[in-house]
Amino acid sequence: MTTDIFLWLTQDGVTNGAIYALLALALLLVFTVTRVIFVPQGEFITFAALSLSLLEAGRTPGTIYILMIAGLAAAAIEAFGALRERAWRRLPRIVLLYVVLPVAVAALVAWAAPRRFDQWIQALLVLAMVVPLGPILYRVAYQPLANASVLVLFIVSMAVHYVLTGLSLVFFGGEGLRSRAFWDAKFKLGVVEISAQSIWVVAASVALILALWFLFERSIYGKALRATAMNRVGARLVGIPIVMMGHLSFLLAAFIGAVSGILIAPITTLYYDTGFLIGLKGFVGAILGGMGSYPLAALGSLVVGLLESFSSFWASAFKEVIVFTLIIPMLAWLSLRSHHVEEEEE
Amino acid sequence: MNAGRVALAVFVAFLVAAPFLLSEFYVTLMNYIGLAALVTLGLVLLTGVAGLMSFGQQAFVGIGAYATGVFTTLYAGSPWLGLVTGLVLTALIALALGLVTVRLSGHYLPICTIAWGIAVYFLFGNLEVLGRYNGLGGIPAITLFGWKIDSGRESYVLIWLATLAALLAARNLLDSRAGRAVRALRFRATMAESFGIDTAQLKLVIFVYAALLAGLSGWLYAHFLRFLSPGAFNVNIGIEYLFMAVVGGASQVWGAVIGASVLTLLKEWLKDILPKFFEQSGNYEVIVFGLLMLPLLHRARDGLMPVFARLGRRTRDRTAPPQAAAALARRARPAAGEALLRLEGACKNFGGLAAVRGLSFEMKTGEILGLIGPNGAGKSTLFNLVTGVLAADGGEIRVRGARVESMPARRIARLGVARTFQHVNLVGSMSVLENVAIGAHLRGARGTVAAMLRLERDEERRLLHEAARQVERVGLGAHFADASASLPLGQQRLVEIARALAADPVLLLLDEPAAGLRYQEKQALAELLRKLRVEGISILLVEHDMDFVMGLVDRLVVMDFGEKIAEGLPRDIQANPAVVEAYLGGIE
Repeated sequence: MTTDIFLWLTQDGVTNGAIYALLALALLLVFTVTRVIFVPQGEFITFAALSLSLLEAGRTPGTIYILMIAGLAAAAIEAFGALRERAWRRLPRIVLLYVVLPVAVAALVAWAAPRRFDQWIQALLVLAMVVPLGPILYRVAYQPLANASVLVLFIVSMAVHYVLTGLSLVFFGGEGLRSRAFWDAKFKLGVVEISAQSIWVVAASVALILALWFLFERSIYGKALRATAMNRVGARLVGIPIVMMGHLSFLLAAFIGAVSGILIAPITTLYYDTGFLIGLKGFVGAILGGMGSYPLAALGSLVVGLLESFSSFWASAFKEVIVFTLIIPMLAWLSLRSHHVEEEEE
Repeated sequence: MNAGRVALAVFVAFLVAAPFLLSEFYVTLMNYIGLAALVTLGLVLLTGVAGLMSFGQQAFVGIGAYATGVFTTLYAGSPWLGLVTGLVLTALIALALGLVTVRLSGHYLPICTIAWGIAVYFLFGNLEVLGRYNGLGGIPAITLFGWKIDSGRESYVLIWLATLAALLAARNLLDSRAGRAVRALRFRATMAESFGIDTAQLKLVIFVYAALLAGLSGWLYAHFLRFLSPGAFNVNIGIEYLFMAVVGGASQVWGAVIGASVLTLLKEWLKDILPKFFEQSGNYEVIVFGLLMLPLLHRARDGLMPVFARLGRRTRDRTAPPQAAAALARRARPAAGEALLRLEGACKNFGGLAAVRGLSFEMKTGEILGLIGPNGAGKSTLFNLVTGVLAADGGEIRVRGARVESMPARRIARLGVARTFQHVNLVGSMSVLENVAIGAHLRGARGTVAAMLRLERDEERRLLHEAARQVERVGLGAHFADASASLPLGQQRLVEIARALAADPVLLLLDEPAAGLRYQEKQALAELLRKLRVEGISILLVEHDMDFVMGLVDRLVVMDFGEKIAEGLPRDIQANPAVVEAYLGGIE
């Protein structure tokens, strides 16, 4: 292997690793706050990336239908609850939040799509379509089961993943898409050529990670999230609204998923179901970091990215095999350190 | 004949008649149902009963299938040796995966199995020897005593014989010594460990068993279809097996058949009608599956099986005690007055809180020692140290001379230490008799395989007879068959005592046994404990009811803030100023 190739693979690995790190943080956040293993995170990536590519082509992405369908489902559940309790005054808010807002976003996107605005505006439109899906999903699928066991919530995640992948196929079809680079300059750094897109991905990831860190350390919402993650009952006793924390963590997860999708869209060709695997690589990263610490999860994700990049050079057919098998020695190591007897809450 | 047996007879009659009545298409469909039911059955035991979860069963199916595929095509071996190869390979891999995850929190196993399922799928698709994504063809038919099984209808016989055998074996297993231990795994692992059950090992056994069922299904699949491709073993298939277990009702053996039937038929039907709505082909049925699961998980987490179970409610009279059997052997009793339990400076800290600090006392055989102290004095922590639920941070604890402070609970149980729990720790869905029989776990020896084949009936009768004896002894003879969760709390505490007695203990630790009992019941309990003392069982008792304690115990140890503040005869303790101060508060 020449230095050229080595540096090129490293650059590739770090770029992907940065995206996996973002995903690992979101997964860890959702897991610690709500105990949900958030497999559908991958679908946010797919939705965002494919929507961006379609907007570039001047086409209206099907994401708006997914958003409106999910919104209507949430509205139906909320309205049913409100009607049963005869709480009429909740209805306008429900309609505004789950019907008017999604429809407004959809209308805006439908109007903007053929006009092919600047790429930055398209990215904002993508965020507007994908981010609301987070809290809506929490409302529809997870909130009714907030006290269920981790395993039941895991099955729910799989069911949601199924529905979203299916919808993804319906609205995006089977073709693969790749978007334009945000910045297609290339820099010469010694012998190696660094693409501006890589710098941009890494910079965006680092900025987002720092922003999250500030949120957790400095803001009252961040502190409430951390408190909920540490002890749900205790958090509720001191007056932290647990349901709102669930919504907030899903909102952040959707935001991170959408940003990851926007970042990865110009790097890889994505299909309607690609996000699943990308999201799971975030999981591998989080587990490599011991499933408890944000910095270690980020580091673990970087390892995943590098390993993937180098194994694609040496044994490209077995790239996925290597990455996903990596989890087993890590679990063995965690297992050696663990002595407690595990049991579920009834 | 009761309704449950009628349902079973009807089901078997349908299975026998099906190949004569159904068209080739439906026979093939029935084959797929049988193959899926085998895998789902493993998941029922794993997820619904033992509380473990796997999304990677399709990988074990694949290994079972490809192993025989390669063995019979490349090496022209016999399919039967292919079966052995596949099962050995499956077992080894499951053992390795299980070893790295069973000691970790519950969510690691499903994540690990997804990751590993993906890895295996790509492995199948990229290995030259497995035919890559093109697949592996030309797999021979199975020959059994000269009978060549090479049509759908013939495969049907083999597939459903295997499935029925597996279902019966699983049912037998759950109704046995090993099965009771498995049923305690999910919510009552700490209790199970306290009665000598190695929960990690048992989880491993169940995980390997579920994998073997999947491997068997893979072998049948390979020789039925005679062609393999990686697509049949992708992650989605693994997810669907788990959905089948949920739909059928993950805690019931027959739920596997119901779940496999419902989802297999639904998928076939959806594949037929859904493409008519969309321009391009694709697996749109996943949307329907997902949408089906959500309300099921929200509203009816027990699946469809309870609905069927209500149709065939058991009518067998189960209030009668189990039939008489030879008594179980009892352990050798230590001589009265021999040192039984000895603590030397035992310590336990939780973070900065010293729950037990430098505690020393001794207890002799034949004694009833009362342990009292205000709330939070460290009494329950001490119980957990002596029984091995918690490991001590310092000091020595000896039971009959053996140091136990860093022994796991299940080994301390072997020394003849049995306990009750302050928070009742019964398996709510099991009957009183079955719960008490868990106490006698270490007095039996027959394992899972013997239970599946019903080779342990003699031992089982003796265990249940012993359990019944203890249930009667605590005065619950009228409640043998009641689900333990249906009893009032006071009686559940008595079940706890009966379970501890079933272990044939030399040292009995009772954590607030009289709480929730009425006056007469307390009298009866005190009477029972005195009788146990006469029989040579020593008792360490934590209790807040002072009338109960003072009239019963030989000596008292008083704890406050993790330390011993007094020790002696009941009447001396009542007059001890330090004790009075601890309970009533000192005058500042």
